[in-house]
Amino acid sequence: MLRKVREQEQTISILVNNQPGVLSRVAGVFGRHGYNIQSLCVAETTNPEISRITLTSESDPDFTEKIKKQLDKLVDVQEVIDLTGPAYMQRELMLIGVTIQQETISEIMRAIQMFNCRIVTMSPGYYILEATGHPDETAAVLGYFQPFGVKEINRTGAIAVNRKNPQRQM
Amino acid sequence: MNVTGAQVLFRALKQENVDTIFGFPGGAVLDIFDELFRSDIRHILVRHEQGAIHAADGYARVSGKVGVCLVTSGPGATNTVTGIANAFMDSIPVVVFTGQVPTPMIGGDAFQEVDITGITRPCTKHNVLVRRIEDLGRTVREAFYIARSGRPGPVLVDIPKDVTRAVIEEKDISWQPNISNNNNNGKYAFTPEACMKALDMIRKAERPLIISGGGVLLGKASEEFRTFAKKLHIPVTSTLMGLGGFPATDPLWLGMPGMHGTYYANMAISHCDLLIAIGVRFDDRVTSKLDAFAPHAKVIHIDIDPASIDKFVKAKASIVGDCKPILNFLNQYVSEKGFTIPEGQTREWLKQIDLWKEHAPLTYCRTGKTKPQHVVETLYRLTNGQAIITTEVGQNQMWAAQFYHFDYPNSFVSSGGLGTMGFGFPAAIGAQVARPDKLVVDIAGDGSIQMNIQELATAVNYNLPVKVVILNNGYLGMVRQWQELFYGKRYSHSDIANVPDFVKLAEAYGAVGLRATHPEEVESTLQQGLNEPGVVVMDFHVEPEEGVYPMVRPGAPLTEMVLSKEEKAA
Repeated sequence: MLRKVREQEQTISILVNNQPGVLSRVAGVFGRHGYNIQSLCVAETTNPEISRITLTSESDPDFTEKIKKQLDKLVDVQEVIDLTGPAYMQRELMLIGVTIQQETISEIMRAIQMFNCRIVTMSPGYYILEATGHPDETAAVLGYFQPFGVKEINRTGAIAVNRKNPQRQM
Repeated sequence: MNVTGAQVLFRALKQENVDTIFGFPGGAVLDIFDELFRSDIRHILVRHEQGAIHAADGYARVSGKVGVCLVTSGPGATNTVTGIANAFMDSIPVVVFTGQVPTPMIGGDAFQEVDITGITRPCTKHNVLVRRIEDLGRTVREAFYIARSGRPGPVLVDIPKDVTRAVIEEKDISWQPNISNNNNNGKYAFTPEACMKALDMIRKAERPLIISGGGVLLGKASEEFRTFAKKLHIPVTSTLMGLGGFPATDPLWLGMPGMHGTYYANMAISHCDLLIAIGVRFDDRVTSKLDAFAPHAKVIHIDIDPASIDKFVKAKASIVGDCKPILNFLNQYVSEKGFTIPEGQTREWLKQIDLWKEHAPLTYCRTGKTKPQHVVETLYRLTNGQAIITTEVGQNQMWAAQFYHFDYPNSFVSSGGLGTMGFGFPAAIGAQVARPDKLVVDIAGDGSIQMNIQELATAVNYNLPVKVVILNNGYLGMVRQWQELFYGKRYSHSDIANVPDFVKLAEAYGAVGLRATHPEEVESTLQQGLNEPGVVVMDFHVEPEEGVYPMVRPGAPLTEMVLSKEEKAA
């Protein structure tokens, strides 16, 4: 029974065989069980035959246990790891296009400095900024710039690793 | 030495001890069929690919081996999808080989191209498109391994035509399966601690009950299960998929639970204080209203699939693993170490169950037109309960489950999870191929049998002497029953009145056709039909508006049963 109790953002990482069709299998499990994928990031690991899918989903607390059991059934899934919580370092990269006006430029420049953003490129009246950090921080950056006129954003979605040495190659 | 992809495929099949394939040729698999021409593997040519997949499924259920199906690309592949979903729902080990257009043409909407791995991803345990001949041998071996390991299921291997024609140096072929997924490698082997916890719960039980399912049969653990239940003297109810796992003639047997379960099985579930679930997944047709299911029971759940535990019914103790070694472990205590439920602790409970059995046994009104239950009962008597019974889906399936009493594992073959009309007859063909020594009978309805009637040609061609018993009521009976009960008797499109003439149809295919229109003809017709050496279709004209009872209304608690049509009217 997939009753939604309390929604909170869960981050899980799935080690899978680096083969065509695997992402579709994983996504299929989420779709079939009624979970929406909030963000998704896929990259090779230290072993090029293994990819790591990191995804976030807003779900009830026993989501990870349920979805883990289902994902474990997939032949191409090696391991499912729960990366929610303080034991894990989470980071996200975001590109924001902000419109610049004469009267806002000084405040924007101050915010760029404060948030440790980088100006990636600029054209008259328009900056592309790069922000990295915990997804909460990138969200704060976005929230701050929005009133100035954000025209376009793109976010990688969270990636995460163990804070401590995981004692094995991942 | 150089070998072709088609040859690699057959070598892998040999390594997996495949001796029978059910299939249908076509353009993309011509090279495979050309190799089959030289092979000593038996091929059963069906008349529709759905027949092939169901036959492979029936073959697997009866033989305990992996069923194999071989079809061409495009429509050949899509015609197997229903059967693949059927095997997936019932956890049946089947490997399906589909042809595919040549690799350079994939994705270009080529003639007879379909993305069959995409289509079957949600209804296979695993599937794979083999793009390189180097991977073919290993992939085929892996497919068989995956199909039968853990919780079994169907695996589809899609092979492009150019891969079957390609040539490879023998030394470059890898055969070794390479599967690292823990779930298939026995990560969930059971722990003795879990078993001890279960035994402790059993020791304290005053009203224990066992519910067993298909897992007992798939795990080939019927013997161990019988020992376990009998030694502890715990009553047993088995789901549709579990029939035959425990002898139906044993006094501890309560019949099937659920929507059309017995009164006493449903009452026992609703009043037990301990429910030992072995190899079941708590399907909605079994539990009915989930909140009211086994409300007084602590549950011990034994299953090979960790995803089945706590999926619907919360388990107080769970033992994840293959049920055969688990039951063996438990039986060590039960048989050798003197573990027992204290004398007299369950006496009241067993007495109560006997009262329930007396109160409402399985029965039907025997007057008037031929009753379908009477046909099944007579079949049971004439075959001494020794036949392998397959069923279609609907009323015929429920009457077969209720009135043919299964004492042996793998003697009841039915589409449980998916409920596929048209399954029973091709499954009977597969069962007969697996067990040429056994009498195989498909109990069918006049609706279902028409969904794969073309396989009469297959049965006749290969002289597979399957007997078909049609309970012909001129309706899509289960649909009609629901329309009677829940839709004000508006029989919308469920009336298929007595067309075709099944006797003539059987004769047209070269089979024997028999008909019985009166109750007194039932026994003689069955006797005559069962004595025929070849394929026989027996058409029994039965009471058109007979219903399946008991019945729990969908969504109602198991205790709220309508016991008969008469009671419903009252």
